[in-house]
Amino acid sequence: MAGFLLKRLIQAVFVMIVVTLVVSIAIRLTGDPALMLTQGAGSITEQDLERIREALGVNRPFLVQYGGFLAGLLRFDFGNSFLGGTPVSRLITDALPATLLLALVSMAISIALSIPLGIRAATARGGVADQAIRILSLVGLSVPNFWLATMLVLLFAITLGWLPPSGMEGPANFILPAVTMGVILTATNVRLVRSAMLETLQSQYVMVARAKGLSEGKVLYKHALRNCAIPLITYFGLQFGGLLGGIVVVERVFNWPGLGTLAFDAVAARDYPVLQGVITVLSLLIVGVNLLVDIAYGLVDPRIRTS
Amino acid sequence: MQSSTRNASSAPTPPAMPPLLSVENLSVAFGGQRVIEDLSFRVHPGRTLAIVGESGSGKSVTSLSVMRLADMVGAHYPAGRILFEGSRGPRDLLTATQKEMRAIRGKEIAMIFQEPMTSLNPVFTIGDQIGETLVLHEGMAKAAAAEEARRLLDMVRLPDAAQILKRYPHQLSGGMRQRVMIAMALACRPRLLIADEPTTALDVTIQAQILTIMRDLQAELGMAMMFITHDMGVVAEMADDVVVLWKGRKVEEGRAADLFAAPRQPYTRALLAAVPRLGAMAGQDHPRRLPLTVLDGDHVTTMGEARVQDTADYGAPPLLSVRDLSVRFKSRTNWLGRATHQVHAVTQVSFDIHPGETLALVGESGSGKSTIGRTIQQLQDATSGRISFRGRPLSEMGAADRNRLRRDVQYIFQDPFASLDPRKTVGFSIAEPIRTHGLLDGEREIRKRVDGLLERVGLAPAHAARYPHEFSGGQRQRVCIARALASDPKLIIADEALSALDVSIQAQVINLFMDLQAERGLAYLFISHDMAVVEKMSHRVAVLFLGQIMEMGSRRQIFESPAHDYTRRLLSAVPVADPSRRSRRALLDGEIPSPVRAVGDDPAVLPLEEVQPGHFVRRSA
Repeated sequence: MAGFLLKRLIQAVFVMIVVTLVVSIAIRLTGDPALMLTQGAGSITEQDLERIREALGVNRPFLVQYGGFLAGLLRFDFGNSFLGGTPVSRLITDALPATLLLALVSMAISIALSIPLGIRAATARGGVADQAIRILSLVGLSVPNFWLATMLVLLFAITLGWLPPSGMEGPANFILPAVTMGVILTATNVRLVRSAMLETLQSQYVMVARAKGLSEGKVLYKHALRNCAIPLITYFGLQFGGLLGGIVVVERVFNWPGLGTLAFDAVAARDYPVLQGVITVLSLLIVGVNLLVDIAYGLVDPRIRTS
Repeated sequence: MQSSTRNASSAPTPPAMPPLLSVENLSVAFGGQRVIEDLSFRVHPGRTLAIVGESGSGKSVTSLSVMRLADMVGAHYPAGRILFEGSRGPRDLLTATQKEMRAIRGKEIAMIFQEPMTSLNPVFTIGDQIGETLVLHEGMAKAAAAEEARRLLDMVRLPDAAQILKRYPHQLSGGMRQRVMIAMALACRPRLLIADEPTTALDVTIQAQILTIMRDLQAELGMAMMFITHDMGVVAEMADDVVVLWKGRKVEEGRAADLFAAPRQPYTRALLAAVPRLGAMAGQDHPRRLPLTVLDGDHVTTMGEARVQDTADYGAPPLLSVRDLSVRFKSRTNWLGRATHQVHAVTQVSFDIHPGETLALVGESGSGKSTIGRTIQQLQDATSGRISFRGRPLSEMGAADRNRLRRDVQYIFQDPFASLDPRKTVGFSIAEPIRTHGLLDGEREIRKRVDGLLERVGLAPAHAARYPHEFSGGQRQRVCIARALASDPKLIIADEALSALDVSIQAQVINLFMDLQAERGLAYLFISHDMAVVEKMSHRVAVLFLGQIMEMGSRRQIFESPAHDYTRRLLSAVPVADPSRRSRRALLDGEIPSPVRAVGDDPAVLPLEEVQPGHFVRRSA
């Protein structure tokens, strides 16, 4: 297990180097930041541009810039925003908790819904409950998230006035965005839980557990679910990564002060340090979640832990 | 609990007590289809009832119905009663709710399943899994349950029980896992133990250990046993009473000794006649093709000829020569990916196969017998050693010659379903070697050849258009044989090719193998764990243990004067389908050792000695 984790850790460092390199190169390829910053600003001389480049540090050789970026990364320093000059790290630390919290609450809602529903569908295979759950899941899969978000806002915030439509002032603000994300995630997860469970229920040890006289609850939630954990954890881990990246639409609709909003604004304003910082932090998070998934494998499956 | 005792050699008469379990006119159906029809039998306290039958006879459904576990896979019970004399008085289990059944399951009726490798939950420790039953039914605290679990493991004679409690199933061998299953089933001292093919997946020496433990514990605890099996040898070893099932109906029942000595029903007679019996060929130099005893309506007839299978041509140079073949795999690696342990699958194995000869490779799990076959078929690379076909070493052959060799040597696998493409017609699968090797051109020619092959293996040309799932297991294996014959090979490697078949089908396929050998001068490398089938089929036998040949000689030498200790142990462990030859075996421990060794720690190779002409025995250390 220790060797396995060490290997994964080395892989993770390698992934980070590749990701930051790709991001740095891609950003340089989009053009000269000095020109972009001064677009439409009237009479700009070549000296002015050179001064701006000097000030931004973009006139140094690429590898020097990249080295500086990596050195900064170790100190969690991504430079300053082109607009306003706020340190990028401050912007990120302000926005990250909002995104993480929303993502975690959405995941929690989806896991809490999809596990019992998926198990119910698997045990009632082909029955009424199974059909109903599968149809609902298909509906959830086909609804676009921005549409669902808008509909929920219209119904619960505007028409009924029960919940706040946007912003992040209190717990009530979480309900609409988290339900939007949670419902859509559940639609996929229910199918995953159902198929993993169907396979596990074929196992002989499930029959053995029943032959011991254990209740169906124990058989399903203790004996069978633990054995579904590996595919489920893998998928939930990947999904969490995707969620962090994909949350931007929902953040826009609910005006949520998270990383998605920050990145969206940075793209619109071509604020490269912010964009680079956000992408780096997101990929760090995704790599981190995947490491956690690997550790979780060992915790749930003794065959991995003891080999 | 019960006062009755039993001894191994002669079954006592049923005691005067009421039966523990009586199944009366039971019918079981899935949807509209009845799989059990009007079945009645009784199990008496302290006695063992064997329920025997071939695949599709309904024997497993019967056992699951008694536990009412068949409900979970969609069974319902249109008729009948299952009366069980429980601790709280008699009761009809068919009228019990699932909640009531849960109080009986694991407590009064316990069950052991066929696959020890998959019947323990991989994510819980052995201690937790045994303890769970005790906490549930006996209301024990966790610590007390762990202590009792340790005692139970001692009872099934697992060494180092305290350590095993903390282990996970994947850290135990199949035999050890089945002992854990027995310990778990016996945790609450059930009145009835249902064992569904408990030893079918185990090696024969391990099977002997498990059967002995079960018999001893039954006598010790005075419980009744319902033993589900397809293996008449195991029935003869274990049963007091026997019920024979066929297509969901009871065909015959009686005391085991009577049933084996004088089966009354034609089906039972045909079934018993098909069972290969170890020692049946004593005194014969050559294998013999024997007529089949088959059921024809209401009576049994014999079909086909008897013929001495004197096909081996020892005057000719060997078709295949294997010299000092070794195959090793990486097993464990360090974190840099370098091997620290290796599986010594095959170690310095040498043998020849002559045209028309059947050489059997016999051995238990980890003996390397399948690896040898796969290496000859070029599915696996040799680590060292030489394989020559018709005098030409494989290592000197170019790609074209190697391809030609793939034509001359064909392979038949154990599982015919897994080795046929489910999305292609069987006609396509049979024609594939013909097309691959460009043996015939023209669709009509190929078609004609496929039809001929199907007819030769006992199927009809019309079958060519069908898909594998439309055939029974025996028919699928015939399709695989037809495919193997398609390229007109000289050698067929049959890797446990008969092991998945019912005995009656097995007997037919054995005859098919022998007829093809007589017609075409085919040589077979017959890889098997089943000593009785090997005795029936082979000219020469090599006994493998941990990748080395322990003993090799003619069939007669190996079966009538086995010289190596391991061969003798293997032979004595085979259950014989004759209750009067029931033996008490003393082999209670001894796992099959692992072929995994640290790098650098090579196994010792002792020389083979020729004790008689052609009879080689590995010197023991």
